[in-house]
Amino acid sequence: MHTDLIVAVPAWVLLAYLISGVCFILALRGLSNPESSRRGNITGMVGMAIAVITTVVTHAPVETIKTGIDAYNVNIDGRTALEILAAILIGGGIGLVIARKIQMTAMPQLVAAFHSLVGMAAVLVGAAAYLNPEAFGIAVRITPIASPSFVSILPVSRIEMGLGVAIGAITFSGSVIAFLKLNGNMSGKPILLPLRHVLNLGTLVAILGLIAYFVQDQHPLVFFTIVGLSFAIGFLLIIPIGGADMPVVISMLNSYSGWAAAAMGFTLHNTAMIITGALVGSSGAILSYIMCRAMNRSFISVIAGGFGAVASGGEAAAIDRPYKRGSAEDAAFLMAQADQVVIVPGYGMAVAQAQHALREMADLLKAKGVTVKYAIHPVAGRMPGHMNVLLAEANVPYDEVFELDDINSEFAQTDVAYVIGANDVTNPAAKNDKSSPIYGMPVLDVEKARTCLFVKRSMGGVGYAGIDNELFYRDNTMMLLGDAKKMTEEIVKALG
Amino acid sequence: MDFISILSIFVLACFVGYYVVWSVTPALHTPLMSVTNAISSVIVVGALIAAAAGGSPSSKWLGLIAVALASVNIFGGFAVTQRMLAMYRKKDR
Repeated sequence: MHTDLIVAVPAWVLLAYLISGVCFILALRGLSNPESSRRGNITGMVGMAIAVITTVVTHAPVETIKTGIDAYNVNIDGRTALEILAAILIGGGIGLVIARKIQMTAMPQLVAAFHSLVGMAAVLVGAAAYLNPEAFGIAVRITPIASPSFVSILPVSRIEMGLGVAIGAITFSGSVIAFLKLNGNMSGKPILLPLRHVLNLGTLVAILGLIAYFVQDQHPLVFFTIVGLSFAIGFLLIIPIGGADMPVVISMLNSYSGWAAAAMGFTLHNTAMIITGALVGSSGAILSYIMCRAMNRSFISVIAGGFGAVASGGEAAAIDRPYKRGSAEDAAFLMAQADQVVIVPGYGMAVAQAQHALREMADLLKAKGVTVKYAIHPVAGRMPGHMNVLLAEANVPYDEVFELDDINSEFAQTDVAYVIGANDVTNPAAKNDKSSPIYGMPVLDVEKARTCLFVKRSMGGVGYAGIDNELFYRDNTMMLLGDAKKMTEEIVKALG
Repeated sequence: MDFISILSIFVLACFVGYYVVWSVTPALHTPLMSVTNAISSVIVVGALIAAAAGGSPSSKWLGLIAVALASVNIFGGFAVTQRMLAMYRKKDR
């Protein structure tokens, strides 16, 4: 005998969640232009408020007090209500403080940390739904003749729940590793375990097998083994991936956090969660694709990991090759004489916090009548769009900042290319050296500028791909050796 | 709602997501990541249901922790996105 525990949801509730989902679509739509983006973000907040208020109203914590035979009094459970409020205030407070204090250079770490929270929340909600399925309306109470009744989770819900917690757990542990690598608590070098492909594949197959078995048997051991194995695979998947591939990893984890939310949306039959999950999932997938294309790498090879583990293709005798070294004064003189200067920032600029000095330099040049533009490679930095945010922070107008495809043809008409903290994304080997690991990757044609000024800490270091850059030894390249920020500040002094 | 209706919403939303995200300017890819972070915390809906439901104390506590984690993300994600977007300025002419 079955007792259906699924309660019909009122139409206004469904409508409210739908409106909330539409708000999230509009929030992303706003990002097509910086001017509309701020309004879009507010729309997103409104959507979230609608979803939260709707849930709080329809699922208010209540306690039922028996007042007589078949007479009940339903009261608001004040204690639980306070506990929920406290959880929101504590979490929200921490979030606001972090959002205010975080340095823009640390955005990749922050985003990774936030991804891990979404993943963990998905696991917790999944576990809560598993432990109390009646509260979520995803179970039937089965009362066999002459034995005690028990709660059976609907088979479809078991699959959705299993997938949800698995993706959530992978997102969590993967993001934690990504955070540790980005934050420098863990080496950015790939960690390669023996037989890792066999191990990873085996674990994945085991997880999928257990989810299928979960439909037959809702034993806690099955559920929590799925969770445990998923935590393990998230960890195993990210440790072999090197620092250079972090933009792909962080986009991929963004995508996973979306699919986790979508899977939980399926479990809870919640439109807002499904729409959001689909949006975030596609967003992360598209960003991963853009990042892979910008590195000319296949998604599979990034996931397989190990890139940058061995310094191949570069010459060991790099330091012995002759190169031209210049001073800040030389650089200032060259740029002051130029008609057009294109600045090419990379991760090194972020590390040195040189964006403000860079903008000062650009202002002085503009005052001298020089046209200044910025050229951004899609994988410059540690996450998509990282350089654009840093330049915006330093008050660089966004209409002076150009993407690779829009500016690459202009280098031939440029007098000075000022490369600061970027390396692999300017390496001509990507165009002419078939043996190079980065061959085929789209790069900025800085060598076509009349002079290329290359700011670099020392001649010894190589880029994240672990390869030497032929650009350093060209006749029209002048190396400015030193800290990116100090060098730029010295140029500012020489210009002033 | 039956499974097929939910699946329809999901598939259509994937297409909406595909076209909307391709229209995002590359300059705003970092804010895109932080705002998607914030909105994927709509999972707080599930956490609130678990936290408010009676019947299982362990489920309730898991729900409360999830509410707190998702709140970090919602408030932090939207606030940091707003902070970033406020920095994007056009050239003064």
